Amino acid sequence: MATYSTNEFKGGLKIMIDGDPCSIIENEFVKPGKGQAFNRVKIRNLKTGRVIERTYKSGESVEGADVMDTNMQYLYTDGEFWHFMDPVSFEQHAADETAVGDAKKWLKEQDMCEVTLWNGSPLAITPPNFVMLTVAETDPGVRGDTSSGGGKPATLETGAVVRVPLFIDVGEVLKIDTRTGEYVGRAKD
Amino acid sequence: MQAGSDWQPTASNGALKLRATLLARIRAFFAQRNVLEVDTPALSVAGATDPALHSLRTETHGPVPAGGSSLYLQTSPEFPMKRLLAAGAGSIYQLCKVFRDGEAGRYHNPEFTLLEWYRTGYDHFDLMDEVEVLLREVLADVAPIASVDHWTYRDLFLEAAGVDPLTDSVAALEAALLCRGISPPAGLAADDRDAWLDLLLTHVVEPVMGQGLVFIRDYPASQAALARLRPGNPPVAARFEVYLDGVELANGFYELADAGEQRSRFERDNVRRERQGEAVVDVDERLLAAMTVGLPDCAGVALGVDRLVMAAGRYDHIADVIAFPAERA
Repeated sequence: MATYSTNEFKGGLKIMIDGDPCSIIENEFVKPGKGQAFNRVKIRNLKTGRVIERTYKSGESVEGADVMDTNMQYLYTDGEFWHFMDPVSFEQHAADETAVGDAKKWLKEQDMCEVTLWNGSPLAITPPNFVMLTVAETDPGVRGDTSSGGGKPATLETGAVVRVPLFIDVGEVLKIDTRTGEYVGRAKD
Repeated sequence: MQAGSDWQPTASNGALKLRATLLARIRAFFAQRNVLEVDTPALSVAGATDPALHSLRTETHGPVPAGGSSLYLQTSPEFPMKRLLAAGAGSIYQLCKVFRDGEAGRYHNPEFTLLEWYRTGYDHFDLMDEVEVLLREVLADVAPIASVDHWTYRDLFLEAAGVDPLTDSVAALEAALLCRGISPPAGLAADDRDAWLDLLLTHVVEPVMGQGLVFIRDYPASQAALARLRPGNPPVAARFEVYLDGVELANGFYELADAGEQRSRFERDNVRRERQGEAVVDVDERLLAAMTVGLPDCAGVALGVDRLVMAAGRYDHIADVIAFPAERA
């Protein structure tokens, strides 16, 4: 694997720290005029999601992490693993619960997702920013009520629970923003 | 950034005007005090040996020097200005571009503007006073200085980091870092005490320095650079640094005048460079010759003009005050 000098540090660079793949969030060059230069970096551990700070002597080299973001189609889950397929090579990858994390409540079969691979294995799953999901369960809709405010919980086909307006009924397809977990609107077809 | 838009300056017109105002005020300040503006070469056959500075170099094909040569771009105008002092120029100042390889970030650009001045008959205490007067005048109505504090390097470290920078072991310095959640870089050698102090300075001391003007003096003898040493137990360097709102702004010396001591410091720097796997730098023999004839008793200071503009206009990034930073040069 490639190594990177601190001179190549920038946001988004993937490096290995204490055996874990990490992504640089912020890189700050600090140096007393007549003294040692350092690179003070803020880093996200891609396995745990934790953000940590590290300092390097400027000019030091760090091992790169073989981390790649790829677009894959979500196929199905067998309860233990979530299976994804590269639409070009048809290669399949199985992600465990740790890798899938919170994404699992937004995963709908055949949707395209971003799969982060580390040394060829799924490390993290990022769902599409917007997903279309059918309402599986909610209190009966209140017709004519289009006022903002209020609202009620609705359980979607994937098991996710989101807050929706009162007029929404079972069977309707909703557009959800997965980054905030919020209802955006009814799917227009 | 849009493709094709990087021809544009990163500094606003307001920032450019502020820079011009400050430069005019600096020149007026020195004109009023009969300090002579000088202009010395940016290219030289000799460079700075300081292991913390990395010179840029360029090629010339002659006729001067005959047959061509590799020349250093100055990291500061210190050496030629000292030759002028030895030649009897009296108190002098210069505003010029200096170049430092590998330095880029929020407060660094590889090419930046330095104000450097020397006062004959001054020691570093006299010069610290003049730095304060200059800053008060230049910043008067744009960013008035809230407070002025004076610290010795030792007292500041004791106060901010709880360690004695002159006598505590490297293990104690490391403990002070670890208890603040700062893990030292793996490449920091146990015998490179000054690098450990720099790590504490940048990660622990500077962040708590706060607003206002702060003078730090009496640096460890190992960080004397071109300052003379003051006897004491242990001896300290007659060197000072100026911080404005927590950002390093200037560095000054009660100048070392002993040519023999200067030569051995250059040689020591080069030994350290070799040990660190860095290129040895050609020593400035013309400076040493001038010092042998005699450098007048003087103090000198170099002040980062770009950072001064940042402080004056409350800018966050050096690119905000430079028309075209390295990324767009």
